[in-house]
This record gives sequence, C-alpha cells and structure tokens, in this order.
Amino acid sequence: MTLNQPREPLLDISDYRLAFDSFDGTAQVLDGVSLRLEPGETLGIVGETGCGKSVLARSLLRLNPAPPARVVSGSIRFEGADLLTLSEREMRRLRGRRIAMVFQDPVSYLNPLLTIGTQMTDALRGQHAAVGQAQPSRFVARAEAAALLASVGLAEPERLLASHPHQLSGGMRQRVLIAMALAGNPALLVADEPTTALDVTVQAQVLALIAGLVRDRGLALLLISHDLGVIAASCARVAVMYAGTIVEEAATATLLRQPRHPYAQGLLAAVPDLDRPEHRPRGIAGSIPNLLRPPPGCRFHPRCGLATERCRVEKPLLRELAPGHNVACHHV
Amino acid sequence: MNRSFRFDSVMLWYLARRLALAGVMLFGLVCLTFVIANVAPSDPAALAAGPDAGRSQIEQARREYGLDKPLPEQFLRYVGDLAQGEFGRSVATGRSVGRDLGRYFPATLELCLVAMTIGLAVGIPLGMLSALFKDRWLDQLTRIFAVSGIALPPFWFGLLLQLGFATWLGWLPTSGRLGVATEPPEPITGMLLLDSVLRGDAALFWQSASYIILPALVLSLPCLASILRVNRSEMVECLRADYITAARAHGTVPWRLVAVHALKNATLPTLAIIGLRWGWMMSSTVLVETVFDWPGTGLYAVSSAIAGDFKPVMGVTLIVGLNFMLANLVVDLLYGVLDPRLRDA
Repeated sequence: MTLNQPREPLLDISDYRLAFDSFDGTAQVLDGVSLRLEPGETLGIVGETGCGKSVLARSLLRLNPAPPARVVSGSIRFEGADLLTLSEREMRRLRGRRIAMVFQDPVSYLNPLLTIGTQMTDALRGQHAAVGQAQPSRFVARAEAAALLASVGLAEPERLLASHPHQLSGGMRQRVLIAMALAGNPALLVADEPTTALDVTVQAQVLALIAGLVRDRGLALLLISHDLGVIAASCARVAVMYAGTIVEEAATATLLRQPRHPYAQGLLAAVPDLDRPEHRPRGIAGSIPNLLRPPPGCRFHPRCGLATERCRVEKPLLRELAPGHNVACHHV
Repeated sequence: MNRSFRFDSVMLWYLARRLALAGVMLFGLVCLTFVIANVAPSDPAALAAGPDAGRSQIEQARREYGLDKPLPEQFLRYVGDLAQGEFGRSVATGRSVGRDLGRYFPATLELCLVAMTIGLAVGIPLGMLSALFKDRWLDQLTRIFAVSGIALPPFWFGLLLQLGFATWLGWLPTSGRLGVATEPPEPITGMLLLDSVLRGDAALFWQSASYIILPALVLSLPCLASILRVNRSEMVECLRADYITAARAHGTVPWRLVAVHALKNATLPTLAIIGLRWGWMMSSTVLVETVFDWPGTGLYAVSSAIAGDFKPVMGVTLIVGLNFMLANLVVDLLYGVLDPRLRDA
C-alpha cells in the first residue's frame, strides 16, 4: 500500500445481511448493516435484546454457527481483508490475535472443568500455532498468562492460574476473560455486554479497566450494550440498532443531547433522569417485530408515532444529517 | 495447603458413607436371593442325594446340608458364612461355591474387561465424530449402528458371528476359552490374556485373544451403542456451549477444543452410563457365555439353575450385585476427580 492512498478504516462493515434458517422459515436477523471503525476508535452499539447486536459482534469473529446462520450479502472488511470470504484457517489467524472478544456472562463463557491456567495457555499457544509459529512451552505460556492477569489488576496471578472458574468472584472472572482477550495483543476489542452480569459496583470497575486498556494500548473498541449509560461512559460514538438495522449513528454526546430517530428518542425517554425526578421514564409502545416476518418498509413503523404510508412501503436508508451524524428515517 | 487436606477429609467421609450404603444394599440383595431360592419349587436335598436315592438317604442329605433347620436359622448361617467369605456348598456337586466362583469369575471378568475396553475405545471416539459431523452422513450411519447395537439380541448376533467368522471363514474358533489341545496354565490372576502377558507367553496370548474376541464383541455391542449415544448427545451440547465459543474466539486450536475442552464436559454424563453398563454387562454374560460356551460365572449360574442348585446362583447374583455397587462407587469418585465443583461443594 502506498502512502498516497486514502487510509482504510480498521473495520468497514458494508450492507451486511445475515439470515438464520429454521423450520419456521428464514429470520432476517441483520438487514443491511453498515459501520466503520478507525484504529483506536471507540464505538458503542445500543439496542434492545434481540435486535441483532450480539449476532453482529459474533460475525466479526465468525462465531455464529452456520447453519443456521447464512450470509445473504455484504462485506466485513478488517485490515483490508473481507472476513466473510476468508477460509477458516485464515480466520483462525485473526481470532484472539487481531480481533478479540469479551463476553457477557463470565460464568458460562469459562470452562467449568479446566483451570484458568489451562484455558489461558491453550489460547496463547493456539494463537501462535495459527500463524505457524512454534508454540511456546506450557511453562513460558503460563508465565505470559500470569503477566496478563496482573495487567488487568488481578492479585496473586499464580494462584489464580491454578484455580477453577467457580472459585472466583464474578468481577474476577470477567477480568480473567478480559485478560484472555488481551493475550494476542489485538487491534480490535469486541465487548458484548461485558458488564451486564455483574454487580453495579463491579460494573464500574470493569468499565474503567476496559477504558484504561483502550487508552493505553490504542485498541479500537466495539462495545455492545443495551445500557446507554455504559456506552456513554466508554464510547466516543454510538450506533442505535433496531430489529437488525442501524437507525442512527452519531457522536455519543450528540446522540444523548439530540437524538433524531424516533426510536433513539424513545430509548432516551425510557432512561430515568436522577436530576429531574419529575420526568417519568416512558417506555416505547409495542414490542420488537418477529424477524421471520419483519414489517415491510421501515422496520420500526408499527411502533412509531410518525409513521406514514411511505414508512410502510419504503425502507429508509442511512443519510448523513451532519458530518458524523447519520439517521435512517423518512421524517428527519 | 489446607485445601487439599479439606479435599481428603471430605472425600474420605463421602467414601465411608457410600460404603455403608453399599453394605445396606448388599444385605438387601442377600435377603432377596435367599427368599427367591427358597420359594423355588425344587427340593435341594433330593438333588443332593441323587436320582436313585430313597427317602432315608434324602433325609440324610437334608441334615448334612442343614436344610432341616428352620429358614431363619438357615438364613443366619448363610449370612454368617458370607461374612467369612464362604458362599456355601453346591448341592449338585458338593463343591464349595466360593472356590467355584474363584475359578469362573476371572473368566467373566476378563470377558467384561475386554468388552468394556472395546465399548470405550470405539464408543467414545465414534460418539465424538458423530457429534462433530452432526446430521451429516457419518452421523446418520453411526446412529443407525447405535440403534441396532441396542436392539440386536446378543444370542442371535453371537450365532451370526460364529457362523461367519468360525464356520464360513474359519478365521476364529467357534467357542470355548482355549483349544482342547492346549493345557491351561497355572492361573496367576485367572485371566488368560493377563496371565500370558505376565508369563511372557505370546502364543498363549494370541490363542486366548482369538477365543475371546467374538464373545467380547457380542457383549460389548449394547454397551458400545449406549456409550456412543450418550457421548454423542453430550458432545453436541458441549460443542454448542458458550465456553467453547469463547475458547474458539480466543484462538484455542480446534482439536484441543474438541478433545479436551468439550470432551471433558461430555465425559461426566457418559461416566454414569459406563458405570451402569458395567453392572449390566456382568449379568448379561449369561447369554453370551451360553452361546460361546465360555466357562464363566454366567454359564455356571445357568447350568446350576437348570439343575435346581441354588447356592451357586445366589453366589453369582451376589457377585454381580457387588460389581454393580463397586462400579457406581468408582464412578462417583471419578466425578469428584473430574469436576472441581463437586470437590469444593
């Protein structure tokens, strides 16, 4: 690549459509998602449960089991290569080494029967094997794992390596998962609801840890959450997802101040405001659509106060309202 | 470290409780076999005295074997004998049942060990492969094999193998444990394969292997099939588990994901079925040993039962029951070894 070429973003998802096949039919889980992420940038994805945000996160490591998952169209370019067309072998070179993932529930995402040490050294050795390097000995990998545990603020790493997951607290387990994600020194960290399963006080610590790592290591962060507060605390930009589509994308401060999409407005209105106790949180009427038979046109129109005939027929595309502020709605 | 100390004392206490429970169950089994043997409509004294005996000779035999005593007393004597490791005397042959069992049990144990080895060595990898290729042709074939393995009657399957490998192909002997021309060696363990290894006798090893392979195959089939089925369905579950997704995302190599991370979790439920199958195997040797004329406890029990001689049947029943209990105890202890959560609970 020559220097004159425009710099390619770290991650460029373009018109990505993913369907899940089942006996009942085909669910269009992701319907034309487009997102870009620059190196070192932090992007949050917010949306209700079932809107496809976790599926999107897993797509980046190709962890959605296929079948039932089936890519319909689009591309996910990461560091110049399309993740959707890579072979499984090439994909393994990226997992943990270039793209790493922190999962939601540290109880179910750690193997209950293996020690933390075994799980970490297996990951470390596997990452070397994937790029054809000689695997470090178990002894060396173990020392590396201990250093990683120390780097996420865990005391007595040697003792931790010999422990099983059930012997740790929830916060410790999540730190272990984060340490594992850092093992390959990745360029992109995908965090899927990293704090949802934790106590509130531990949530703050884990978020601070992630924010610190992103800052110190220059990681790009894709943070998935249903909690706008979590995203506001750690991401510069935020994308709002609804039923498999991105409906609005903006700088976090802009979105919190002036959301433009009716769904984003609804989400914000549903958040209680401690400074204004007279302002009662309001829910959004209705529920998320059945993706086996998604509504035609704008997927939000059955729940939207502004819906018109056009919304029922024509799917609104993401348009740039202002630099860096995109909205998919016929009414803004 | 004090954790390992706690681990030991917990395990010892657990073991003691389980052994006590096994003792209670064993006593129940003794009661049951005693009752069943005594309600059976045959007169052991007449059997002992022989077909041509007159009334007085039968009465003499009755006294000699203590059969004239009231049942509760007979029962107490039997339990007392058992406590000293004596299983009583066979009324048909007059031999000590304990000594007979000592001769026949190693043959059955050997047969079961070989059958279980086949069951594990084929069932677990095949279950794993079947899960990996779920719903593909390999999986479908394996599942048909597993269902037929459970459904095939062992005596029929045994006859079929004899016909194929012994009569038509002539590769393997039809039945028995050793050729008639071969003098059985002085037993060390009584298991011919093991004894021949201990003596370094290769010819004897291959000969006994050729005799054991067909009955062991027949005996292993239902066990193999159920291990395969359980291991397959557990593997399917475990391969879908979140921790496998996570380990994959972190870059763990595929073979370790399957053979260590998933298999270890799938092994726990499979172990339970292995323990049960071991017990069942010990009792289903009756059919296999009859078909293959294998001189083990199954054949011993059948020939004694046909003669109406109940002490050997009771002895075999107790041995089978004891094996059942021991197998389940071992399985429970293995759970503790494999699952750290149980250890700390």
